[in-house]
Amino acid sequence: MTKMNMLQAINSALDTAMAENDKVLCFGEDVGVFGGVFRATSNLQQKYGKDRCFNTPLVEQGIVGFANGLAAQGSVPVAEIQFADYIFPAFDQIVNESAKFRYRSGNLFDVGGLTIRAPYGGGIAGGLYHSQSPEAYFAHTPGLKIVVPRNPHQAKGLLLGAIHDPNPTLFFEPKRLYRASVGEVPDEDYRLPLGEAEVIKEGTDITVLGWGAQMEVIDQAVERAEKDGISCEVIDLRTILPWDVETVANSVLKTGRLVVTHEAPLTGGFAGEIAATIQDRCFLYLESPIARVTGIDTPFPLVLEKEHLPNALKVYEAIKSSVEF
Amino acid sequence: MTTTKSKVVYSPVFTDGAEFRIPTFKLLKQDGKLYKSAKAPDLDKDKALRIYRAMVTTRILDERMLAAQRQGRLSFYMQCTGEEAAVIGSAAALDDGDMIMAQYREQGALAYRGFSIDEFMNQLFGNELDYGKGRQMPVHYGSKKLNYMTISSPLATQIPQATGYAYGQKMAGGGHCTITYFGEGAASEGDFHAALNMAAVHRVPVIFLCRNNGYAISTPAAEQFAADGVAPRAYGYKMDVIRVDGNDILAMYQATQEARKLAVEHNRPVLIEAMSYRLAAHSSSDDPSGYRSKDEEAVWREKDPILRMRLWLESKKWWSEDDEKQLQETMRREVLETMKRAQKRPPPALDTLVTDVYDEVPPHLAEQFEKVKAHIRKYPDEYPKSAEHAKGGA
Repeated sequence: MTKMNMLQAINSALDTAMAENDKVLCFGEDVGVFGGVFRATSNLQQKYGKDRCFNTPLVEQGIVGFANGLAAQGSVPVAEIQFADYIFPAFDQIVNESAKFRYRSGNLFDVGGLTIRAPYGGGIAGGLYHSQSPEAYFAHTPGLKIVVPRNPHQAKGLLLGAIHDPNPTLFFEPKRLYRASVGEVPDEDYRLPLGEAEVIKEGTDITVLGWGAQMEVIDQAVERAEKDGISCEVIDLRTILPWDVETVANSVLKTGRLVVTHEAPLTGGFAGEIAATIQDRCFLYLESPIARVTGIDTPFPLVLEKEHLPNALKVYEAIKSSVEF
Repeated sequence: MTTTKSKVVYSPVFTDGAEFRIPTFKLLKQDGKLYKSAKAPDLDKDKALRIYRAMVTTRILDERMLAAQRQGRLSFYMQCTGEEAAVIGSAAALDDGDMIMAQYREQGALAYRGFSIDEFMNQLFGNELDYGKGRQMPVHYGSKKLNYMTISSPLATQIPQATGYAYGQKMAGGGHCTITYFGEGAASEGDFHAALNMAAVHRVPVIFLCRNNGYAISTPAAEQFAADGVAPRAYGYKMDVIRVDGNDILAMYQATQEARKLAVEHNRPVLIEAMSYRLAAHSSSDDPSGYRSKDEEAVWREKDPILRMRLWLESKKWWSEDDEKQLQETMRREVLETMKRAQKRPPPALDTLVTDVYDEVPPHLAEQFEKVKAHIRKYPDEYPKSAEHAKGGA
């Protein structure tokens, strides 16, 4: 075990994967000797050479197209998109190609070895082009897996899980926590399962669900609610697609209430999907309407970031309203 | 740091690159004889006949399947007609272990590699034997065994994938390369530029083969680009490039052979621009008479690549009138017989609705599938193709 921040944990995961299998390659904009704008790929080029860790030209559709071809060939590419906000030039290669490779060829070819990493989310004064949470766009596309870690331990385990998963995976890293979140991380290889939510804290009155950087927000909100005598069950969804309906539904059957929170805007956000599915599963057990605490339906602002974001106070308010409904 | 070492001038000098004109490589005249100073590549009789048979097979298949589409037996079809030399000549210059990532009009390459008429038909009719399990439109072939990547409808997406695939081949060290085919219209897409730039920067063993066939559906080349074709773009990426008469089988073969050497032995990506003409419509849903003249087509009919090769084979005494007659009859019969067989085969099993989305069927899909089956069981007459398959399950 070593104390690491999230970037160090991600770096450790990449290092572990590259050491174990020489088919693992890391590339993207500035990831080479510089180690990426956030330094997630630090020292990998020095350690594994320029053929296995390298800078690409500034072309996201090229990076993902290249990665698709590499994965189809049998390599294990881990492509970095510098910010999730800049993943859209690669949208076609992800939703039409990565996601459909196996299906359209009847399993003759697949890009299962592919992992795409991208820093996402707000809270870093990044304004509208360095703060977005695009997970819902991709969650509409069958064939992809979408994973979001909440802390260093999860980041390493889930990233190794993604790299070894036989399906193309988008790995969104909460960049606000890159250096802020610190914790004990095993030095060796360990893999956390994709598609499984984690019940972080058991409770009886209400289920509070989120992923990524929102888990920290949820912790603060829950701490406050518990002082009011409300027992909260806290779940980290971890995998957005395919998501763990079973764990969430079982929790709501027990508590009868659900708050879902994410940074992305409300309309068309993934909380809507969860709310629809859970009301279908748990209709007769619900004590109050399922609440969503999200960003508002605007582009991400710069100065009024705090007002826009779903923070601990807003989540606490939603918990209170649900319980008092 | 910049890699450009340029001369300094003291008054503004503009250039549009017009001084760089790329020549066209040709060997064979339309009468089957070589140009005066041309020398035929090293192509033995067996290989020459394998190429010719693939060309004739492709032409006959295309004619028959277009007719089948017109009769309503097939929903859609795309022909290779007029471009057989560009496609098959280049494919023949490769090692069978090299990967082919095609656009959609390159069935000739697949025919050359040995895809059987049965295999073509199973895909075209989307029956239970289709490798793609009846999920894609006709002509979206793929073969793992023959190193032919399954066709994808979105245009140009295969081009950066070819760069990535070839990079993996280089890392694996097996001495193989990837060829990717596309039309001059696809060369306008961002993916094309991304692919060439990345291949040049990272020294990837990939051959980019542009079939410049004059039209991107209805848009003529002059409305697709202002430059001297697609080839000069390679200069901008510092990539080897050659322009070839795409209807000249010998030139296509030799150019690709040399390109392969550059790619595999020197890790130099190559762009080949094959100048040809799409004699057929873009697809069975297109009518070229609305945008081009009969006279223009007639000029290109005179340059038929198959006839040109046949005359060359005859001049070598490798082919005769009788051989031709026999091949034509055998192929026509085989195409008709296999079409009948393929049409009669049942559709893919119902569970192919949910398999291959992921490596395993996830719980939410399994649940959705049970609902589909329950619905079909309730209304079996409405789902005659799959009612039988829906019988199992809860």
